[in-house]
Amino acid sequence: MRGVERIEQVFRQLNKTGAAAFMPYHAMGYPTRQQSMDVIAALAEAGADLVEFGIPHSDPLADGPTVQTATYAALVGGTTVADCLQMARELRDQGVDTPFCAMSYYNPILAFGEERFAKTAAEAGIDGLIVPDLPPGESELLEPACRAVGLATVYMLAPTSTEERIKSVARHSTGFIYLVSVTGITGARDELPPGLPAFVERVRRHTDLPLAVGFGISTGPQAAKVSEMVEGVIVGSALVKAAGSEAGVDAVRTLAEQLAAGSHKALPE
Amino acid sequence: MTLSTTSTNVNFGAVPDETGRFGPYGGKYVPETLMPALDELEEAYLNARVDKEFMAELAHLQHTYVGRPTPLTYARRLSEELGGAQIYLKREDLAHSGAHKINNALGQALLMKRKMGKTRMVAETGAGQHGVATATAAALLGIDCIVYMGTVDMERQKPNVFRMQLLGTEVRSVDSGSQTLKDAINEAIRDWVTNVETTHYLLGSALGPHPYPAMVRDFQSVIGKEAYSQMQDPAEGGPGRLPDAIVACVGGGSNAIGIFHPFLEEESVRLIGVEAGGHGIEDGAHAARFADPERGRLGVLQGTKSYVLQDGDGQIALTHSISAGLDYASVGPEHSWLRDVGRSEYTYCTDTQTLKGFSALCELEGIIPALESAHAIGYVLELAPQMAQDQVILVNLSGRGDKDLDTVMQTIGGDR
Ligand SMILES: Cc1ncc(COP(=O)(O)O)c(C=O)c1O
Repeated sequence: MRGVERIEQVFRQLNKTGAAAFMPYHAMGYPTRQQSMDVIAALAEAGADLVEFGIPHSDPLADGPTVQTATYAALVGGTTVADCLQMARELRDQGVDTPFCAMSYYNPILAFGEERFAKTAAEAGIDGLIVPDLPPGESELLEPACRAVGLATVYMLAPTSTEERIKSVARHSTGFIYLVSVTGITGARDELPPGLPAFVERVRRHTDLPLAVGFGISTGPQAAKVSEMVEGVIVGSALVKAAGSEAGVDAVRTLAEQLAAGSHKALPE
Repeated sequence: MTLSTTSTNVNFGAVPDETGRFGPYGGKYVPETLMPALDELEEAYLNARVDKEFMAELAHLQHTYVGRPTPLTYARRLSEELGGAQIYLKREDLAHSGAHKINNALGQALLMKRKMGKTRMVAETGAGQHGVATATAAALLGIDCIVYMGTVDMERQKPNVFRMQLLGTEVRSVDSGSQTLKDAINEAIRDWVTNVETTHYLLGSALGPHPYPAMVRDFQSVIGKEAYSQMQDPAEGGPGRLPDAIVACVGGGSNAIGIFHPFLEEESVRLIGVEAGGHGIEDGAHAARFADPERGRLGVLQGTKSYVLQDGDGQIALTHSISAGLDYASVGPEHSWLRDVGRSEYTYCTDTQTLKGFSALCELEGIIPALESAHAIGYVLELAPQMAQDQVILVNLSGRGDKDLDTVMQTIGGDR
């Protein structure tokens, strides 16, 4: 089983145990092609329930310095859209079964061809798609292309989102909804925003879809707190930073285990 | 590059539509966090447009502070030297702070002050002219202001960095990517996303997500409106008729759309935009989105769909121009649309040809143009001799060249 159904299955299963999904992001091609594949395999082993499969773009305007630096290095290293999809295929061949949500900006997908991208991604074993600079009103081509091949279309909401936009995102999203925890860009932060519970409640009123919170989460205890509010915990910059550190994949594994334990409510008291 | 005859059927007043589209171009490709801010901006702008008090206050400032209307100057010696069409210059270089950028900066700053509950503004700048204009408006209206600028541009437009600082604005350097205009816009947008509750993004060209392209066009249309009546009025220095061609440089496209727009319905007037040809199209080091069929393709950059210089993988290309203000990978969506419907045409001017235009205007007219505007002059050096002596070219002289003296001295100074 793949695609939106695979994602739905993950949330259904976790729902029975009361745990939240641990949903790490990584920038493919960073630090190298092979190492980025190793990172994904390590994340899966460490308990990731869904992986955000980052396809680099030259102008990542929703990203903070950590992801900017990583995706830039990946591009300098020759990472292409086609090769990112090929990496997904190879990971599937290696037996990694964790759902993958491709995450990129709109222009690389537009250049690849929207239908062709959706089709190639689905064939490569990608299950869903997140495009931060493509809100529902602008995706009249990409959304049907994804639907046609069974990919989940995940849209984002932010604390600034109005009721009207929440309704629209709820209508267009499949799989889950991505809640941006703060008004801001990606990057590790020390504190969870105080307004988060109220924001989550505002969204709940309009949807039964699983909700995942991302932006700024970097530690196991933070993940545990977020897991009390929503069905998914998204972590990007902290793991990307670990991947680029000297300890590399080992550092990713150690941090991911803590984050997974936090998300799964399995942290030692 | 002939004028299409289909333009009669086009309703120029119908763009953008309510979703911010100019045909297939435009739109709102931004992170969700910004969507409510764009809606709020659009509402404030639509409200201000029909608010007599607001429009009167803006007109008053344009007159008493900016010095509008800017003059129309007949370039007699340049016209004689070229021996073809008669050349008229719309003198945006004489607007306060030295370029057309003040028209938009003052409009948006006033909008923020009077119609939006925000206290802080951020802007990007390439040549520094938009940054200076924004810093000027911020000082005038008492608004906190931060300007993002690529480190490459800070180096080549040093006087403008100092001017902004003198005006009380904080200039933040941007080290990412090509360290030029595109990267400054990324950083300004990141600041805006983070501080959107308190902050207005004062975008400096007819670019970005809706409603910016339309709003910036409207604030800049004062250029074309004035020129339209000045051209027909000999008392205002005009030839007593409309021009046969209007020539303007195109970075993001704000000075060009500002002078083109009031002439859209005048089919006899050719509208010609001049992009930055850099070292030449083959060389790849340029910013001519419409001239490079291989790399200039439909794309989305920084909130809008338009022509974008990019590689086959949708990664944005590095651009080059001798002028920081034209050194940008995309172009305002309305230009792409006007080109598609055959109403405007686009050409380019290389760095070398631009410097010829720069020198010609200095030596023959006693006007030191901005390197951006010198692109328009550089093209006119080629265009005017092909036209008859009873024909007329109107050039938008978008800014003055004080900021460029270092660059020009390094390039041609040795020849003196
Ligand atoms: C004097 C001058 N002209 C033209 C431009 C290009 O911008 P636009 O195409 O928006 O007019 C700039 C930009 O910095 C400028 O300073």
